[in-house]
Amino acid sequence: MDFLNAFVALSNFVLIPAIAYGSQLALGALGVTLIYGILRFSNFAHGDTMAFGTMATVLITWWFQSMGISFGPLPTALLALPFGIAVCAALVLLTDRGIYRFYRRVKAKPIILVMASLGVMFIMNGLVRFIIGPDDQRFADGARFIVTAGEFKKMTGLSEGLALKSTQAITLVTAIVVVAALFWFLNKTRTGKSMRAYSDNEDLALLSGINPERVVMVTWLIVAGLATIAGVLYGLDKSFKPFTYFQLLLPIFASAIVGGLGNPLGAIAGGFVIAFSEVMVTYAWKKVAGYILPEAWAPDGLVQLMSTDYKFAVSFAILLIVLLFKPTGLFKGKSV
Amino acid sequence: MSTSLKTPLLFAVVAAMIVATGQLQSWNTALQILNFGLISAIMALGVNLQWGFAGLFNVGIMGFVALGGLATVIVSMPPTTDAWAAGGGRILLGLAMGAATIVAGILLWARLPRGRMRGLVVAAVLVLGFALFRTVFDGGVSAVEAVNPASTGYLGGLGLPILLAWPLGGVLAAGAAWIIGKTALGLRSDYLAIATLGIAEIIIAVMKNEDWLARGVKNVIGLPRPLPYEVDLQQDPGFAATASSLGLDPVTASTLYVKLGYSALFTVVLVILLILAQRALHSPWGRMMRAIRDNEVAAEAMGKDVTRRHLQIFILGSAVCGIAGAMMTTLDSQLTPGAYQPLRFTFLIWVMVIVGGSGNNLGSVLGGFLIWFLWVQVEPVGLWALELLTSGMAEDNALRMHLIDSAAHMRLLTMGIVLLLVLRFSPKGLLPEK
Repeated sequence: MDFLNAFVALSNFVLIPAIAYGSQLALGALGVTLIYGILRFSNFAHGDTMAFGTMATVLITWWFQSMGISFGPLPTALLALPFGIAVCAALVLLTDRGIYRFYRRVKAKPIILVMASLGVMFIMNGLVRFIIGPDDQRFADGARFIVTAGEFKKMTGLSEGLALKSTQAITLVTAIVVVAALFWFLNKTRTGKSMRAYSDNEDLALLSGINPERVVMVTWLIVAGLATIAGVLYGLDKSFKPFTYFQLLLPIFASAIVGGLGNPLGAIAGGFVIAFSEVMVTYAWKKVAGYILPEAWAPDGLVQLMSTDYKFAVSFAILLIVLLFKPTGLFKGKSV
Repeated sequence: MSTSLKTPLLFAVVAAMIVATGQLQSWNTALQILNFGLISAIMALGVNLQWGFAGLFNVGIMGFVALGGLATVIVSMPPTTDAWAAGGGRILLGLAMGAATIVAGILLWARLPRGRMRGLVVAAVLVLGFALFRTVFDGGVSAVEAVNPASTGYLGGLGLPILLAWPLGGVLAAGAAWIIGKTALGLRSDYLAIATLGIAEIIIAVMKNEDWLARGVKNVIGLPRPLPYEVDLQQDPGFAATASSLGLDPVTASTLYVKLGYSALFTVVLVILLILAQRALHSPWGRMMRAIRDNEVAAEAMGKDVTRRHLQIFILGSAVCGIAGAMMTTLDSQLTPGAYQPLRFTFLIWVMVIVGGSGNNLGSVLGGFLIWFLWVQVEPVGLWALELLTSGMAEDNALRMHLIDSAAHMRLLTMGIVLLLVLRFSPKGLLPEK
């Protein structure tokens, strides 16, 4: 039995990847949940908003790289990120003006807004494929690792290595900064408070003189920022492919619903619940089990509950369980 | 213009467009458009049951269509006897044990008294059942997949006529719809959308990865056909004589003959389903559905069981999509799980229903034909438009080359814009409900 090596193997293959992935999902789910709270519909275009923002960032990153601008050991994409957010915000505000505002005015049913978001999804998806193409794009540069597996082994003398990719650390730090800023904004500033008031009770908020159009605009700006950051972090960590971003819609929605739609804290918790379950269910536990169990009990197979091809099934199964037993989510959400 | 006049007029326009394609391009293309148009119309009819009658938002049409495709393989391919001998029974036993575990879990949850014990017992049963399922199932799978993997490596089908797959496709789709409907109906309307989106992705993932079932991404090709093969027709002297008397060469005549045969089969199914849907719409049941759609609370106050009725129509609509999916795979005579794209099989159908006129059966059929026609023709037209637009640029201009390469993605953009424009300016569609 060798708990230290088991723990290192667990951290390397499960904990660290799941924390990075969970942060990306949480940022995505925060965007979905904010739209749900303020505009009261499920935004199906969110995955493609992420793809669009990421695409803008990737293009600007390439431009910077061609001019020889770099960010030292950090990826150039972080420098390009603010510009990417600006481009994404412009597009998102445009879609709100051109499409969603009309349905708000006529007080359309939420399902009509969902449908309109489907149309927006089409258009954004088409734009992204039109501009950058449907293929995989890598845009990460700078240092690849903070600690490589070999260095870690040399440092500690353990037989298991622990690799920490710089993108994973960047993801976690950025996510913490962004979430802290968002909660400060929602809880301490006047605009943030008016957003929460509008989300809690629309009529009462209107009565106390809150301008709904301004609340909606600020929401879209925040959502564009969150979506672009989540998309860029995911792209840095893995790679950028438009179709993958469309598929991310399912785990993101699962995170938001598991946490309770409309509840920002729930979105973060949901993101980590989904990420950890996905990674743990699809991880082959043979190595970890080999360290913990006595030699005679060591497993022959991979001890993998499900092949990685079914990772979407995991988020879906959790979604169904939550819908069956606790439709409002782990934290109290708005919807039933 | 009154609807009674508008309906035949619009159908005549679509027919004229298809005939024009036949005259200007080729009759083979025209018949291909007609056949896929018939299938699209059936899918649109199924979605219209769910959305137009009951207001249920299903974005997992792709999954139900794919299940229909799976049914064709299960019904029509010859059984792989070696594979059955190697591990067929073991796979079936494993699946049965998996199903029994889930049923036991559900029963225990319902029967045991509330409390911590209940959760623990159910969890223990599920974990134990899963472990057993995997030990039995995995061995069977690897045995089956090892049998001649280059050409079979799967269990094969039942070797029955492929037409039987059409109803079975409907049954499979209905089963999946039951599972989804049981969990997501009765909750907020958006939840059904998300759940259906998820089940569609999972069905496709299963079909891509479970090689023992239908060879996964290795595809099943050469499905039996309900109609004779072109080659056999060409060698039939009687057929050649008839063809030449019509002024056609035997090769063209045989392809046209087969395509027309499919058109006839599909038309029969479409007409049957359309009559059923029309009867349903104008029956007390149809009126009740629309009453539920328009005001759930009022309908519930009248004693209607809203969730049950929703479940019923959700299953019916999905079954129709499953039938259409089986028909489409029959037409292609191959099952390629990699070809199922949500854009083509879910969202395109939605555009058909919205453009045609939700709540109106004839409208969905019209939308099916019209949007399919546009879907096929937009790409060449888009390419032509881009070439015209960039004709002033040099032949090797980077922007020009990029634009022309990306012409294929015009479809997405066009469909999105069409959906949004219709939703905004003509939400009732071409043929409104009333």
